[in-house]
Amino acid sequence: MNRVMSGNEAVSQAVKLSRVQVISAYPITPQTSISEKLSEICGSGEMDAKFVKVESEHSAMATLIGASSTGVRTFTATSSQGLALMQELLFWVSGARLPVVMVNVNRAMAAPWTIWCDQTDSVSQRDTGWLQFYCWSNQEILDSVICAFKIAEELLIPCMVCHDGFFISHTHEVIDIPEQEQVDTFLSPRKAEYKLDTSDPRTFSGGTMPNMFMEFRYKVQAAFERAQGVIDQTYKQFAQTFGRDYRAVEAYYADDAEILLIASGSAASTVYHTVRQMRESGRKVGLLRLRQLRPLPVEGVLNHLTNEATIAVIDRNLSPGTGGVFTQELRAALHRNGEDCCIHEFVAGLGGRDITAADIEKICDDLDNKTADPAGINWVGLNR
Amino acid sequence: MKEITFFGRGGQGAVVASEILAEAYFRQGFQVQSFPSFGVERRGAPVTAFLRIDKEFIYLRSMIYQAQAALVFAPDIVNSPTFKPSLKPDAMLLMNASDKLENLNGFDVSYIDATSIALECGLGSAAQPLVNTAMLGAFAKVAGDLELDHLLAAVESKAPQKTEKNIAAVKKAYDAVNRFE
Repeated sequence: MNRVMSGNEAVSQAVKLSRVQVISAYPITPQTSISEKLSEICGSGEMDAKFVKVESEHSAMATLIGASSTGVRTFTATSSQGLALMQELLFWVSGARLPVVMVNVNRAMAAPWTIWCDQTDSVSQRDTGWLQFYCWSNQEILDSVICAFKIAEELLIPCMVCHDGFFISHTHEVIDIPEQEQVDTFLSPRKAEYKLDTSDPRTFSGGTMPNMFMEFRYKVQAAFERAQGVIDQTYKQFAQTFGRDYRAVEAYYADDAEILLIASGSAASTVYHTVRQMRESGRKVGLLRLRQLRPLPVEGVLNHLTNEATIAVIDRNLSPGTGGVFTQELRAALHRNGEDCCIHEFVAGLGGRDITAADIEKICDDLDNKTADPAGINWVGLNR
Repeated sequence: MKEITFFGRGGQGAVVASEILAEAYFRQGFQVQSFPSFGVERRGAPVTAFLRIDKEFIYLRSMIYQAQAALVFAPDIVNSPTFKPSLKPDAMLLMNASDKLENLNGFDVSYIDATSIALECGLGSAAQPLVNTAMLGAFAKVAGDLELDHLLAAVESKAPQKTEKNIAAVKKAYDAVNRFE
């Protein structure tokens, strides 16, 4: 059924439709309306789940570690400083192979104090062993959360689904809410092979000697190496059930592009809008939209690279001292695959600064005129 | 694509108005995208909200910089130096005012005394009238691309409390909007 709703409300709908059993979350702007809505519908009985109130994000994730260990389906949501406060437990969740699903509403990290969007919060957690997905619309956030449970439970790897604070979280638009029966067909109840059970006592994640620890990490790495196959298979099933098709890398006008822009999140949506406008005026610009950072969808990018295109990544995040994280990751991955193409790096929209169609056109102009720096960071709209 | 900006002050209901109007245009068959100006809202402080409508899905996700139409809940905001540059020179303006305002040359201006209508309908208090549904009723009349019934249905679905009072405000304002021509 088509309805108008915000990105955050779409998350709550997805969590309800996924029949999550335990939710624990702590409010933080711009995530708050997710935990408010979930607490409301758990309280009213509209959703049959336990909502555990806690005093911090750290405790929210600790609660889910306990709950998920008993074999139930679990969810939390956070942003920025809240995600950072969870960090030690993010490692724990992935090391313990708990299929927790979390929505991170992207918000810049303070200081200086800010509540506005950039991806530095989630990209800085890329070494914690979570899959990471990035969404560009309210429909995609709903669909991605439902898929995330299936992917996480198949791989026993936690999933972080990210959407942009305010640009998605507080934006109302039309989305198609699937029927519960449809979701039930696609997503079965979680079946945990090993779980905390007093009638079958076991120890989980106990002290591990050096002769065994590496093998645990090797298995996590192996799960990540087979993750893309599981994700692609999940999208195939999703398309069969719901009629909406997703790929790790979505390509638009890429095949004959002279300029190929690479972007993620809501910025990619504005890039797509601008690319279509530029195509109408005859400029050969294309877009590769990255929907994942972990695993990095290298093959999806390689499939669309041509020798003709000038390539540029637009990063709404910054790792000080290196630059935009998607740029750095792609440069390394393409080099590993024997590609020596130049990737221009544009850092834009930090701390909620708007990324406009004019910004995207200016990036293309700078690439056309060869005024963009091929090696260093090109800062978009910076007042020096 | 049509771009509409809402100028209000915290507590007047401008953000909710943008959501109700989005719902109304959706019921009219449009794709819609509404969003607040991403601020921290406080009672009395300037609040801006945005709405885009189009026949196709809207991918542009920046703020609105050259609106074709504006609903001005708090008319003193027109004196802000950022007000006029945020509108197209011939934008359609709906002002919450009982008299004609000066210095709006070039704009297509309509007026509605939404504050009086809100108070007559029992919405808010004299210190803090809730003018948003009255503003929307007047807008439906002057916009020309939105049927009143779709707006009324949207108000019903988005204003579960005081629904009848809000419906009354919409209808009253729809009939009372004035162009002072």
